Amino acid sequence: MSNKYSIPANTELTNEAVKALRADFPILNQQVNDHDLVYLDSGATSHNPLQVLDAEREYYLYNNSAVHRGAHTLAVEATDAFEDARATVASFIGARENELVWTSNATEALNLIAYSFGNASQGLGGEAARQFALTEGDEIVTTELEHHANIIPWQILAQRTGATLKHIPLREDGTIDYEAAEKVVTERTKILAFTHVSNVLGAITDVDFMVKLARKVGAFAVLDACQSVPHMPVDVKALDVDFAAFSAHKMLAPTGMGALYGKNELLEAMPAFLTGGSMITKVTMTEAQWMPAPIKFEAGTQRISQAVAWAEAVRYLQHIGMENVHAWESKLGARLAEGVSSVEGVRLLGPAAGTERAGMAAIHVDGVHPHDVGQLLDTQGIAVRVGHHCAQPLHRALGITASTRASAYIYNTTDDVDRFIEALGGVRAYFGL
Amino acid sequence: MSALDQLYQQIILDHSKQRNGEGLQDAHGLPSADNHQYNPTCGDEINLRVTLTDESEPKVKEISWEGDGCSISMAAASVLSEMAPGMTTAELQSLVDDFREMLRSRGKIEPDEEVLGDAAAFAGVAKFVARVKCAMLGWVAAEEAAKEAAL
Repeated sequence: MSNKYSIPANTELTNEAVKALRADFPILNQQVNDHDLVYLDSGATSHNPLQVLDAEREYYLYNNSAVHRGAHTLAVEATDAFEDARATVASFIGARENELVWTSNATEALNLIAYSFGNASQGLGGEAARQFALTEGDEIVTTELEHHANIIPWQILAQRTGATLKHIPLREDGTIDYEAAEKVVTERTKILAFTHVSNVLGAITDVDFMVKLARKVGAFAVLDACQSVPHMPVDVKALDVDFAAFSAHKMLAPTGMGALYGKNELLEAMPAFLTGGSMITKVTMTEAQWMPAPIKFEAGTQRISQAVAWAEAVRYLQHIGMENVHAWESKLGARLAEGVSSVEGVRLLGPAAGTERAGMAAIHVDGVHPHDVGQLLDTQGIAVRVGHHCAQPLHRALGITASTRASAYIYNTTDDVDRFIEALGGVRAYFGL
Repeated sequence: MSALDQLYQQIILDHSKQRNGEGLQDAHGLPSADNHQYNPTCGDEINLRVTLTDESEPKVKEISWEGDGCSISMAAASVLSEMAPGMTTAELQSLVDDFREMLRSRGKIEPDEEVLGDAAAFAGVAKFVARVKCAMLGWVAAEEAAKEAAL
């Protein structure tokens, strides 16, 4: 397996270091529309380094087999690789291996909680699961900042149980209104679901505040960690959240896989969500007993090669060091925010330049629709995301329907940011403004 | 001309700013119907009204609309609003069919300017598959509204 890295362990990221590590990402070294590609869409999906691609390929070349069944050597190797991967990804966020459930994406992870709680509300899981049951009068609270994946599962859970779904409004700059949060969250609140880092604005939530709020009323704290785990050190134990959802493809690994962190005692008590093969101990024609968590939540054949690849992506990030990743992306984020703020007719959405943010910036270009902005940038080889970014309520709160978002990762240089800013400077002129 | 300049022909940029038909107009008792179209990928939407004459073979009297979207979707609605008045519903359907065929051709069909008029300027859109829906937004709304108004 390729363990050679392009930069030494724990290297402070600089333009030089990034240029060296880009050798691991052949996809970035290409021309798009006759320009060197500038990829600023890692908030949507990130690229896989060679080490990760090799790990997945080598799994198929030498170890591929069914896991958790069969006594032959390959089956044992595959099971070891699969469970080692779980331990690796779990420890990356400070969790134990029995606290990490593989899912098909972060969306499924959030749905898992909602459906399991819904099942508990209908009596599944017995006495131990009563703590998850919701009924009329109970409240689920989320925020206006959320990705649709952290809104719709709660809408459905509320509809199934008769609970009420409420949301914490935003301040003028699109960040969570913490004062309002204290009023929205009440003794009736059973679930408080919120994002760690806004997938649109890059604003970083005060998780400590939100968790304390949840604890005060005995609510479960659910964290959408999709935009934090890939980009900064995250320790779910230190944050003390009850659940956290995140995704492989946003952190240098393949698509098709996400994970749910849950405190072990909670996962053990929760009723199953998807059911069928692999997740059971004893089955009769009338009933079944479930495996302990996390296997209880992993019905059917799992994504073994992706798990192996994901673990390799974690090792890649650990090799660089998450403190280094976070420091570099904070610089890129600050440069993005300052840069777009200096362009005439461009409004930076979210926290103002000079305040803390992740390595991304969403903008509104006066008089030019985001699709037209994205099209013009694409002709110059610059890839950004345009649209509502699966956050329609947030955009509505900002008084717009869509925006343009540039999001950076470990393989972006300050040159990438500057190319984006420069191209942005020509957008309004092209459209005659 | 670059592919981008073919996409954003001057005629399209002009129509996206000086929009014909923008602002819903009262039908004054004439046969009319409204249609709403929404593109969930980008959030573009249009609410369009087709008003017909009350002749035995009805013609399009007016197309009016309100919408929010990219330059391509807004300009396409504007161009249609300018072209459609005076056409029979069958002629309008035929125009929509030709426009759709051109957009779906991936750039293989040369537009017939005699037939398509200003709408021929959207030929460049056909090379940008992701934008075809943008150009069709108002046209689909008009197609649906005209059918309903003629009932």
